Amino acid sequence: MGQFPIWPERAGAYAARLDFLYICLLVIAFLTAGLVIFLLAFFAAKYRHGSNADRSGTTKKTWRWEVGWTTISLLFFVGFAIWGARIYLRLYNPPPNALQIFIVGKQWMWKAEHPGGQREINELHVPAGQDVRLVMASEDVIHSFYIPALRIKQDVVPGRYETMWFRADKPGRYHLFCAEYCGTDHAHMGGWLTVLNAREYADWLRQQGGQQTLARQGQNLFRRYGCSGCHEPGGTVRAPELEGVYGSPVPLSDGSVVTADERYIRDSILDPKAQVAAGYAPVMPTFAGQLSEDDLAKLVAYIQSIGATKREGAR
Amino acid sequence: MSAPAAESYLSARIGIRSWLLTTDHKRIALLYFASITFFFAVGGVAATLIRLNLIVPEGLLGSPDLYNRLFTMHGVIMVWFFLIPSIPTTMGNFIIPLMIGARDLAFPRLNLLSWYLYIAGGVITVTALLLGGVDTGWTFYEPYSTFYATGYIILTIFGIFVAGFSSILTGLNFIVTIHKLRAPGMTWYRLPVFVWSTYATSLILVLATPVLAMTLLMLLAERVLHVGIFSPQLGGDPLLFQHMFWFYSHPAVYIMILPSMGVISEIVPVFARKPLFGYEFVVWCSIAIAAIGFLVWGHHMFVAGQSLYASLAFSFLSYLVAVPSAIKVFNWTATLHEGWIRFDAPMLYAFGFIGLFTIGGLTGLFLAALPIDVHVTDTYFVVAHFHYIMVGGAVMGYFAGLHYWWPKITGRYYPEYWARFAAILAFFGFNVTFFPQFILGYLGMPRRYQAYPPEFQIWHVLSSAGASILAVGYALPLFYFTWSILKGDRAPANPWEATGLEWTIRSPPPPENFDRTPTVVRPPYQYDRGKPCLQVGND
Repeated sequence: MGQFPIWPERAGAYAARLDFLYICLLVIAFLTAGLVIFLLAFFAAKYRHGSNADRSGTTKKTWRWEVGWTTISLLFFVGFAIWGARIYLRLYNPPPNALQIFIVGKQWMWKAEHPGGQREINELHVPAGQDVRLVMASEDVIHSFYIPALRIKQDVVPGRYETMWFRADKPGRYHLFCAEYCGTDHAHMGGWLTVLNAREYADWLRQQGGQQTLARQGQNLFRRYGCSGCHEPGGTVRAPELEGVYGSPVPLSDGSVVTADERYIRDSILDPKAQVAAGYAPVMPTFAGQLSEDDLAKLVAYIQSIGATKREGAR
Repeated sequence: MSAPAAESYLSARIGIRSWLLTTDHKRIALLYFASITFFFAVGGVAATLIRLNLIVPEGLLGSPDLYNRLFTMHGVIMVWFFLIPSIPTTMGNFIIPLMIGARDLAFPRLNLLSWYLYIAGGVITVTALLLGGVDTGWTFYEPYSTFYATGYIILTIFGIFVAGFSSILTGLNFIVTIHKLRAPGMTWYRLPVFVWSTYATSLILVLATPVLAMTLLMLLAERVLHVGIFSPQLGGDPLLFQHMFWFYSHPAVYIMILPSMGVISEIVPVFARKPLFGYEFVVWCSIAIAAIGFLVWGHHMFVAGQSLYASLAFSFLSYLVAVPSAIKVFNWTATLHEGWIRFDAPMLYAFGFIGLFTIGGLTGLFLAALPIDVHVTDTYFVVAHFHYIMVGGAVMGYFAGLHYWWPKITGRYYPEYWARFAAILAFFGFNVTFFPQFILGYLGMPRRYQAYPPEFQIWHVLSSAGASILAVGYALPLFYFTWSILKGDRAPANPWEATGLEWTIRSPPPPENFDRTPTVVRPPYQYDRGKPCLQVGND
């Protein structure tokens, strides 16, 4: 207390771009509100009952005014809609080769799993100047991952993956909140985003100890749950091989084609009969209820990793 | 004009039965006034405790569960038991038949049934909230409400479900009344704008409320019987709930604001002694708002995980729905030009409405811009925005109308200077309460937080201080209106020199409203150099 903060910190270039739109809207809002309030006050003073102001000019052609302010409002509004949409589209186009971090929300904490196997709770460490892509899941209710300093937020809906991406440029510690009401300790479901420069980030990774990478842990689960029995060459049941699948188009038995992103992989593990690859029998059992979101993240990371090797090999 | 001995709807019959079994629209309106004031007070107590809790970062009341129940109670009571019924069931009920020259609403007994349904729903809901409350928020998001929420959810939802039928029947009653019971000569373009606004509101009530009823029934089916609809644990889709909920709840915002716009459109011409600028445009803007208002629900879901293309479309449509609101503000302002303006209490409330609604509407433009919404949705920015519309707009309009028609309803004047003081106090208190919340929101303070990081404290303290001023502004009318009923001066038939039919009969009106059916000869708000030209004619 004692000071009046008026502007949130900016941790990246996107925040500045958004602030510019916000400031322009602020200026226009202040001008419009100022005009309305000025006119109200001016008319109220000039045409107060008992004043001698001239009232002979009553115009009959009111429709000209109506058409005028309708058109001006409409033009401004359409302009804002387009400007906003252009910035928004950026959030839907993650750059390739972003650092991918799995986030799992549950009442009332955020868990992060880094590709190197590092894990943290209510903390997220990321390198400055590098694109980061979050693949997020919820174990219970809807949560919302919100970092005000980056001006981004995404609801995390249980039952499916949501993704978002950002690039933080300025090292520092920034608030991380849950923005969707999720129960008793909603206000305490948060922590800190720590943006580190390259050397500090390398140090931080090292200090976390030498775990297996997330993909490697996923490979172990791939064996333990028996996935490899069918999905690897020489299996007894004919099942799609998963090398190179990630990121590529998959023809389905109903004739449609889906891109094998993390959502498709997750759904195929939990509800395999929903989207069956063309040419295969729907014989895979469901793993719903057997795998935690943590284990799912590892399996998805493994399948992503063998997808990447295959494509790089082909090149 | 106002012979004190003349029979009025108040004195025609006496006794508790004459009130509880009445079919007189004016008496039913008073039943609503009493019950709505009660619910406003209940919601207000919850709001007071919320603002009290937020004075310190760790939360003054200590318990998160208590806080979560308080904001749920505040939202549920204020939305469904105060804001939505507020103007239509009180002033709408009382004034609409008088404005169009009718004896009563089209279905008087249905009107009484609406009140009983409203009371039944209210009693059920308040009981649930007092027994221990609900911690879902007024939005009942899924799968939280099915599997994780605690408290009397089934009872609360049932109460809202029952009250919904009151809304539907009230809307139906108004639509039929406005179509069928207009006096000779009262053409559509001679209707006062308040009638048009109530008509547009009624259309939304009838078309949107059933969707809420269905949604709540499905929620009950899922929570009680585990029928999988919304919860992924049962194979359902949480976004389906949000689509259905907002398909009702966004038009519900227009249910709250359209009647207030109607009240302001009555008051501004009367106190400017000039016709309403652009009558046809104001009227058709009401209809446009009601229509386009059904197509913008997805702007509550820009970060919820709906498709990119849906978000782009909903953003565009949200800008479109802002146009008619902007047109109305310009028309009210232009009405003042070359008027003979008086500053009685209703006009001060109307000025307050225009100022606050303008700020609320302009901040809506920020929220319709997709990337700004991503940052400020679910923060105090949204809280501030919708309070500017619903409290700054709808409640200011409610008080404006109350002060305007009070002499007609009770036959008494209220102390004018106290009323002006209350209007100014409410305006300042409101701004001190809610303007800091815009700043908090852009700083990133999420809503529904029982505790918060200490750097936000100063704005919360300011907001709570403003709320205490606002509370005085809202409590004052309770005292001077009570005084007015007991000791106020008698009011004549037309104290404001207005032109509508309701001002041609005694104050308070006789039980039968009009001695003989009036004939309407001209549009509303006609003034000849500041002198009123009544709508009613002699032939």
